[in-house]
Amino acid sequence: MMTGLFASVPIIIGLAIVGDLDVTTGTVIAGAAPLIYATIGETITEKAGVVNLSLDGSLLLSAMAGFGIAFLSGSVILGFLAAAAVSALVALIIAYAGIELRLNQIAVGFVLFLLCTRLSALLGAPFVREPGPAVPKLEIPLLADIPFLGKALFQHNLSIYGSFVVVLVAYWFFYRTRPGLELQAVGERPESAFARGVSVRRVRYFYTILGGALVGIGGAAFSLDQKFGWSEGHVRNFGWIALAIVIFGGWHPFRVALGCYLFGALQVVALKLQPVFPGLSQVLPILPFPTMILTLVVINRPGFRALGDRFGSLRKFLASEPPAALGTNFEQQ
Amino acid sequence: MNADRRRTELRGMLFAVAGATVVVAFLLLALGANPWEAFKLLYEGSFGSMAKLSATLLVWVPLVIASASLVITYNTGLWNIGVEGQIVMGAIFATWAARTIPGPGWVVIVAGIIAGILGGVFWGLLAGVLKTHGGVNEIFGGLGLFFVSLGLTTYLVIGPWSREGVASTSGTDLFERDVWFPRIGSLDVSWLSLVLAVVAIAGVYLLMRGTMFGLKLKAIGNSMSSSARLGVASNRYMLGAFAVAGGLAGLAGTTQVMAFHHKLVPSVSGGFGFLGILVVLLAGFRAAPVAPLALFFAALSVGASQLELRLELDSSVGGVIQGTLVLFVLMAAGWQRRRADLRAAAREAQAGSAQ
Amino acid sequence: MLELLDIHKHFGAVRANDGVTMRVEAGTIHGLLGENGAGKSTLMKVLAGFITADSGTIHLADEPLEVSNPRESVAAGIGLLHQDPLLCLPFSVLENFMLGRPESLVLDPDTARAELEELATRFDFQFSPDATARSLTVGERQQLEILRLLSLGVRVLILDEPTTAISASQRVLLFATLRKLTDEGLTVIFVSHKLEEIEEICDRATVLRAGQVTGEVELPVPAAQLVSLMFGKAIVPEERADVAIGDIVIELDGVTVAERLVTLQDVSVAAKAGEVVGLAGLAGSGQQTMLRICAGQRKPDQGVVRLHGEDVTSKGYNQHLDLGVHWLPADRLGEGLVEGLTVTEHFALAGDTPQGFVVDWQGAESEARTKITHFSVKGTTDSTPESLSGGNQQRLLLAMMPDHVELLLMEHPTRGLDIESAEWVWHQILERRTDGTAVLFSSADLDELLRYSDRILVFFAGELLRELVASETDTEELGYLIGGKDRQ
Repeated sequence: MMTGLFASVPIIIGLAIVGDLDVTTGTVIAGAAPLIYATIGETITEKAGVVNLSLDGSLLLSAMAGFGIAFLSGSVILGFLAAAAVSALVALIIAYAGIELRLNQIAVGFVLFLLCTRLSALLGAPFVREPGPAVPKLEIPLLADIPFLGKALFQHNLSIYGSFVVVLVAYWFFYRTRPGLELQAVGERPESAFARGVSVRRVRYFYTILGGALVGIGGAAFSLDQKFGWSEGHVRNFGWIALAIVIFGGWHPFRVALGCYLFGALQVVALKLQPVFPGLSQVLPILPFPTMILTLVVINRPGFRALGDRFGSLRKFLASEPPAALGTNFEQQ
Repeated sequence: MNADRRRTELRGMLFAVAGATVVVAFLLLALGANPWEAFKLLYEGSFGSMAKLSATLLVWVPLVIASASLVITYNTGLWNIGVEGQIVMGAIFATWAARTIPGPGWVVIVAGIIAGILGGVFWGLLAGVLKTHGGVNEIFGGLGLFFVSLGLTTYLVIGPWSREGVASTSGTDLFERDVWFPRIGSLDVSWLSLVLAVVAIAGVYLLMRGTMFGLKLKAIGNSMSSSARLGVASNRYMLGAFAVAGGLAGLAGTTQVMAFHHKLVPSVSGGFGFLGILVVLLAGFRAAPVAPLALFFAALSVGASQLELRLELDSSVGGVIQGTLVLFVLMAAGWQRRRADLRAAAREAQAGSAQ
Repeated sequence: MLELLDIHKHFGAVRANDGVTMRVEAGTIHGLLGENGAGKSTLMKVLAGFITADSGTIHLADEPLEVSNPRESVAAGIGLLHQDPLLCLPFSVLENFMLGRPESLVLDPDTARAELEELATRFDFQFSPDATARSLTVGERQQLEILRLLSLGVRVLILDEPTTAISASQRVLLFATLRKLTDEGLTVIFVSHKLEEIEEICDRATVLRAGQVTGEVELPVPAAQLVSLMFGKAIVPEERADVAIGDIVIELDGVTVAERLVTLQDVSVAAKAGEVVGLAGLAGSGQQTMLRICAGQRKPDQGVVRLHGEDVTSKGYNQHLDLGVHWLPADRLGEGLVEGLTVTEHFALAGDTPQGFVVDWQGAESEARTKITHFSVKGTTDSTPESLSGGNQQRLLLAMMPDHVELLLMEHPTRGLDIESAEWVWHQILERRTDGTAVLFSSADLDELLRYSDRILVFFAGELLRELVASETDTEELGYLIGGKDRQ
């Protein structure tokens, strides 16, 4: 998360330039909500040792499905449920292909990425640019009137409040509950989990699907809340960003959420700066990736590792080690 | 033994294709289209006339070249998802050549081809070095570089290379007419592109089957440790694979700007890199089936626009068919292998208890 | 009373357990003795539910026991401590302790911590509950696992080669712990191939050899008897044709290498042209490390390696290859041959036919065909290594050796081979001697070591224990030394 620290300085400066800090912060938080659902969902899946490379596509497909169902039924809740179901189904295919058929998770995930992207365009055609229902605003009384914090945190809607809850619940679940410990063991060292009576197979299925459902909710949050409506290529590249943020958040809910907010802030700054620096604002959204790559390179240098080993607390900060069994298949016999 | 195995493989593939066709047919029905008519239109839209055929070939060229590039990296055991970025880089370098190199048309064309290849080599090597010396997984590094290349393109198109007075993302100025790849008669497709495409895939076929370089790549892809024992320097050859594959991808980018768009646009890579991954997965990583499979996929992409016109189906239906097909084939292959493994295990257990 | 009756387990063509019957009395420390590959680990994995037997039954306290996974086994009171304890390394000690306990939804770290500390005090173990598992030594990881299994109510504790990678003081503590456990009525099954320890700690012992029980004894018993049960009849090697021994080919001088599970300490040894040197010892005693140092796969932390007098300490594998070193690993498919590549392709890659940029397929194919015939490999030029039997894979590996080799390094050259193939392999190797090749090989088969070596180096826990002349020793002495006992 050193990237986070380095990147946040110019971002905060940028935000300061932009002004209206409380409203802007609120916009950032709201805008990051869908990404939070998606990244936390993928974090859960990857903690179980499964990579869902279809993220970019399933995000699109679930966004479209969410909007479509909400449009047809008039119910936002049904839309969210549909989106979750769609994305969960895609995740199920990946889980099945990896666990039962021992196929390469990357290959299947990538094919599903393309398939879902195209499918979302095909099935979403009738909904393009149609106005549809949106998540109704829900201000929290009393808290909404707090200066600064009120505008920033409590004048949103259920979807955004949900994103706060999801991060907190994920943290509590991973580090304070028994099933959370078992989940981490499955992704870390399935043999060890198996030796302790955990059904690796069942855990992998369950959490891949659960993670997929969360991704779906993220998709619905896009089309029913943040980027209203639907059009082709609507949520461009957010799936790939999400995958990157999971890595950079070190598979830890708080850091992952921070990554989402930083990314959101970057987007807002870019948008606000567009009239001032037209060229720059086109390039700013591209920045996260190369910065992330560079940081990965630096962190992998042996000198850095040695530094981390000597200072334990620093190591936790720098550590971005994936669950050791990520992407592998496990023979239970 | 080998012939037997290939027959079961073929049978599995046929089942997969049948299954995919059925699913697609149902999907079409659900969308209110007649599947039979849709398939007919797909065919007509891609092969129905010379103009249509030329459109299909225009898609086939970059797809084949990109797929050829991927054959190299796949056989080396690398997931070069960054191929899209290498296409873009090739396009950028070729555009630079087209705009800067003076001289008669054919000189600029040759310069463009060389520049495009170099651009792809550069971008491929970068992804490779990130992996071998930076420890960055090639999927992630490749994707990151792809986004960087997109950013670079956008910057160039609305910045230094923008059209006179208009800074729009619709692209740069069109290239000089004599710098366009020469066409076949009145058709849009260029014979030079076709030649390059054929040379590319034939070249990769020969490279993989007939050279030590190809053999070493294959060894690394199959078993890094055993090939290291036999003296094959993994890092060096992996970088070599990235370089050659990147160069080919760069060539695909060159054809895109010099034979198709005739200018640089942000969407220059056209998704051919990603689609190429599907083609290569379907081809079982072998070079031989790539050309016909790429033609089939190109036909689906182009023919799908007919479906949009006549049946009011979004043209992405072509992509849906492609994706469904590959998914089914992958699953069928996995299912067959799993069944074979389970049968072998059952035989072992039987043999054991019979003692 | 725990009974395993007529257990059978196959792995492909290998009969890991071939009708094994074993009876363990409650409250005793029962040893399971045998050399590598005898089937001990397989048997214990069956007992602990990690794998299922092909046939046979298990009875615990006269009740039949059916376990199909480790959880059921622990519930029945049987727990297995692996040689390399299966801990999640980034987790803390406390988290590893809590994993798998019947906790409620929310973790209760305080209760678990108290229980862990109470158990630790009872057995004199010392570790910090918040340290990461990665920071623990193997001995400490073992201690943690033992405590965890005890806290789950295990009454039969199986220890699989527990002393392989722990310090002497940890070993003393472990043995004291085991005695405390049996005093409390628990049963311990102690799996090992170290004679000395079996003699020291066990009440009774079952001896396995090649998947079958060769004997069950009540200790104490003369060591010679254990050795003969473990290794078979004592054989004195026959005379062999003399070959002119030349100059030193490979020399190690004060070489020390720290690996994960063993540290090779201060090894100084040399091998000459025409010599066959066998490396003996239990798995993980350092032989493999030494072979890899000679191959250039691993660089020593201290010391010098010389090839024909030239200092090659800092040179890597490819340079050793150029200098005439040829290494044949034990993992024939994983490190030896390239899966998916045909025999012809192997020869194209690493054969004698000169290759330029373009592959000379004809040349490679005809070389492949010649070599296949000459080395009697049962396969075609189109065969891939995974379709060949172990014996044929070994034949292929030997066929791929260059005509002249300065130093031949072989890990377990005849493991898993039938007698005929094994003898053939040795015929090939011995022919090389006349060519001036120095041969270094590791083996777990004492007969093989005695019959074919000129000298035998015995390793134990990373130390070169003794250097023997093969014609002056026998199975019994070798067996002792391998087990760590230095018979005077």
